[in-house]
Amino acid sequence: MSVLKAESISKEVTSPEGPLTIVREVELDIAAGESVAIVGPSGAGKSTLLALLAGLDVPTSGQVWLAGQNLTALDEDGRARLRAERVGFVFQAFHLVPALTALENVMLPLELAGRRDAQAHATQTLERVGLRARTGHYPRQLSGGEQQRVALARAFVTRPAVLFADEPTGNLDAATGKRVCDLLFDLNRDLQTTVVLVTHDHALAARCGRALHMDGGRLA
Amino acid sequence: MRALTIALRTLSREWRSGELGVLLLALTIAVAALTAVGFVVSRVSAALDLQASEVLAADLRLESPAPLSPDYLAEARRRGLATATSTGTLSVVFHGDASQLTAIRAVSPSYPLRGVVTVAPVAFGPAAPATGIPARGEVWAEGRLLATIGAAVGDEVSIGAANLRVSRALVTRPDQGSSFTELAPSLLMNVEDLPSTGLIQPGSRARYAALFAGGRGAVDAFKTWIVAHKQRGERVLDITESSPQVKSAIDRAGRFLSLASLVSVLLCSIAVAMAARRYVQRHLDAVALMKTLGATRAFTLAVSLAQLSLIAAIAAGLGSAAGYGAQAWLLHALRDLLAVATLPPPSLMPIALAIITAIALLAGFALPPLLQLSRVPAIRVLRRDVGPPPLVIWLAFWPAAIAIVGLIYWVVRDVALMAGFVVGLAVFLALLALCGALLVRFTGSVRGRVGVAWRYGIANLARRRAESVVQVVAFGLGIMVLLLLALVRHDLLEDWRASLPVDVPNFFFINIPPGDREAFLATLREDGAEVSRALPMIRGRMTAINGRPLDELTFAKEDGEGFANREQNLTWSTELGADNQIVAGHWWRPEDTGQPLVSVSTEYRDSLGLKLGDALSFDVAGEAFTVKVASVREVKWDSFQPNFFLVFPPGLLDATAGTWMTSAHFAPDVRRPIAKLVKRFPSVSVFDIDSILNQVRGVADKAAVAVQSVFAFTLLAGLTVLLAAVQTSREERRFESAILRTLGASRRTVRAGVLAEFVTLGLLAGLLAALGASVAGYLVAKHVLDVRYSFDAWIWLWGLAAGAALVAGGGWFATRSVVNQSPLLALRGG
Repeated sequence: MSVLKAESISKEVTSPEGPLTIVREVELDIAAGESVAIVGPSGAGKSTLLALLAGLDVPTSGQVWLAGQNLTALDEDGRARLRAERVGFVFQAFHLVPALTALENVMLPLELAGRRDAQAHATQTLERVGLRARTGHYPRQLSGGEQQRVALARAFVTRPAVLFADEPTGNLDAATGKRVCDLLFDLNRDLQTTVVLVTHDHALAARCGRALHMDGGRLA
Repeated sequence: MRALTIALRTLSREWRSGELGVLLLALTIAVAALTAVGFVVSRVSAALDLQASEVLAADLRLESPAPLSPDYLAEARRRGLATATSTGTLSVVFHGDASQLTAIRAVSPSYPLRGVVTVAPVAFGPAAPATGIPARGEVWAEGRLLATIGAAVGDEVSIGAANLRVSRALVTRPDQGSSFTELAPSLLMNVEDLPSTGLIQPGSRARYAALFAGGRGAVDAFKTWIVAHKQRGERVLDITESSPQVKSAIDRAGRFLSLASLVSVLLCSIAVAMAARRYVQRHLDAVALMKTLGATRAFTLAVSLAQLSLIAAIAAGLGSAAGYGAQAWLLHALRDLLAVATLPPPSLMPIALAIITAIALLAGFALPPLLQLSRVPAIRVLRRDVGPPPLVIWLAFWPAAIAIVGLIYWVVRDVALMAGFVVGLAVFLALLALCGALLVRFTGSVRGRVGVAWRYGIANLARRRAESVVQVVAFGLGIMVLLLLALVRHDLLEDWRASLPVDVPNFFFINIPPGDREAFLATLREDGAEVSRALPMIRGRMTAINGRPLDELTFAKEDGEGFANREQNLTWSTELGADNQIVAGHWWRPEDTGQPLVSVSTEYRDSLGLKLGDALSFDVAGEAFTVKVASVREVKWDSFQPNFFLVFPPGLLDATAGTWMTSAHFAPDVRRPIAKLVKRFPSVSVFDIDSILNQVRGVADKAAVAVQSVFAFTLLAGLTVLLAAVQTSREERRFESAILRTLGASRRTVRAGVLAEFVTLGLLAGLLAALGASVAGYLVAKHVLDVRYSFDAWIWLWGLAAGAALVAGGGWFATRSVVNQSPLLALRGG
């Protein structure tokens, strides 16, 4: 069953040289539980496509359906609410809130969704990524690998339908990157979450069920 | 609720980033500046309200410069009202050779009808309510009078021709606020002793009062009767109109101090805007992330607003507490100027003002950037170059303008005054900003000629030009006001005193009976005094201008009504003194003798809007006559010669009963025979000009301390602007300092560079302050005091030193952690 569907989406921006099409008529259909890698050279439009699929940005034309909802028909707050309920994110730069502890960072999406059991649930998820002892630490007190594991815990804690990851291992050394990937796919398998990730890392792409190649704004 | 939880959770960590601290400091200082003045005004006004009935010592009071008919008292008693009388005059009280001009009040046994007189067994001893009035042969004298003349309770003092024993020290009396001079100390005596003093002669300057008290209805009915029967020149006062001058003076002073404190608020608002801008910059990523995780725009706005509201609430509390502390200091500075001994506690209104101030500053200066922050798109998590859409112009400008103008209106409650202040302040600040910008620009151009540390410092100033100008103006303004009040004011007063001739009269004598005139003047001369002209002094009232009664007229200036309605001191003279210059019309020619003409001073002409040929009608001792304005004189009042607004030609008023006045100069080494004079001529009132000038200077000094205290907040506000500006550039500075140190600069060199930057900034602020204070001093010297302005190098030295020390100290404090950080950590972004 399809959980994420793009129907002929394009994204055009205005640049000093005139209009520039970054994503060009992309068609995509991803089933629940699937893991998909989007690969391609720098500037191919991978991150923009990810942003469009996750509802962080809106396409100039075309439609995106996420968990049965037409993203392009929702306003900014409507898309935010849908993300709170159905979507998780992992970023290359981790993007933890510096003012919050590891535990509070993981609690954040649960609290945004209005969940009352946020603390217990977040503690449990941190334990799952092996950071039970680090709950009270602030991001700057954690190593890069630990920060990304907190980010993974934050992404999975709401049991999202889809997890989007943008270069999740890009800021990590090979060994740490591998450990984070193992964890990502374990969670993907255990929680039956659909994973869509953008990467340069061929090894990581190879571990996904499907790899889509992108170049010049089109899917090959 | 969720927003509040997250806001509270992040607040303690946010605190370390600094801008919330600056925000808190700026709001606290703004609130403290406004509430300090608010508390003072509220306490003084409350004291005046409480004392309203006591101010009259009665429910109803009839006052007159002439003795009152006993019929009033008889009628009041017939109606069942209690009555008392009080006669006030100014005279010199002696103890041996020591003397002091004193407000003497002779009262009848039932005085006061309302309120209480408090006395002490010794001067400045513990006060207790008195029973009755001083017995015959005794007086109650205020502690400061006793201190001045070196007398104690139990001693005998001379008042006019009488010797009376001081039996108590007078602490307060109910109607002290309504006497003619608040500066002179008071003395209370029994009315039965008044004739033996010889103070009251026909034509003497005295104020007679009849006091009435009773049931509300009876008092109101009697008031109606007395208003219908009172004579011209007699004034009825009840508690609704007691001491209107004092109230309006307090009101004006309060408004002035509030406006002065608004300058600090304005500077603090700049710091708020800077801190808010940094808050927004630092939160762009966090808000984009929250949105990515599903937060709505309203939610992210609610988190920021909750944090800032909490800061505002804390600032309102801290600022009110600081304001309360500052008002105690202000009242201490002003203590001798206030006629009230104890003040009631302040009202809570200033706290409401505190909360409104904090909210208004946040709403005006922080809300627009926060609204912008909430519009940052979620995609920023993937593309850091994406920021929020630019702030709409109206949103960037109008809330701030509305907040400031609203606060100004709240303080002045007068649209015209508000408009004047806003325009005046805008022009003044624009002028300062222009000077500041020129100074910063000039400094930037000399950086090629200085060493590396200074070059680095000056380069920083020039690069952050807008911030530099704001800081130069903020500090410059604060230092300028302090220089003006501390140094320029003193210089001007000294210049003015130095401009007076050495033989300028130092004593005034009024109430000289016509029969004693020659003997009095001869005695003065025998005693070695240089006597100026003697002029007659006749009292009258103006009744109409050009045939129209005064109450139908409106006047050219605000004080015109006061000029027209008050009791007029009239004189006639053949000679035009050297200190008078005719600016229109002509002085008396022989043929003008006895003609219905008058010469008016320029002040009189301007306030009443008079011109040559206008007809002025007067009532002098019941006789009505009309005269034409024949000339206008410019009077040099600081000659300390007898001078009058209205001078008639000889032959018109010669027959009217009056007294004479003159002034005299006693050389410093001549023993001043004032005691002997007063004993021989008891009705003559003596004014020691030196002591009056000292009293005036005392008042000015205290008022200056109060204004300086309010402007001290301006300096604190300037420091906050500096902190905010340093906060804004903190990351940039950290990075630069790391680069410099990586390139081999020692920590000392980097420190020297930062110090050079702030010292230069402080020197520029000091330069601007000294320039502004000197220009203001020059303008006052030239146009107000008419003296030559002398250059004072101290103004420039103090200005530069204060600016450099203050700004360098503040800047060093704000940047020390940045400079001291290891380059590796900074380059790693740690």
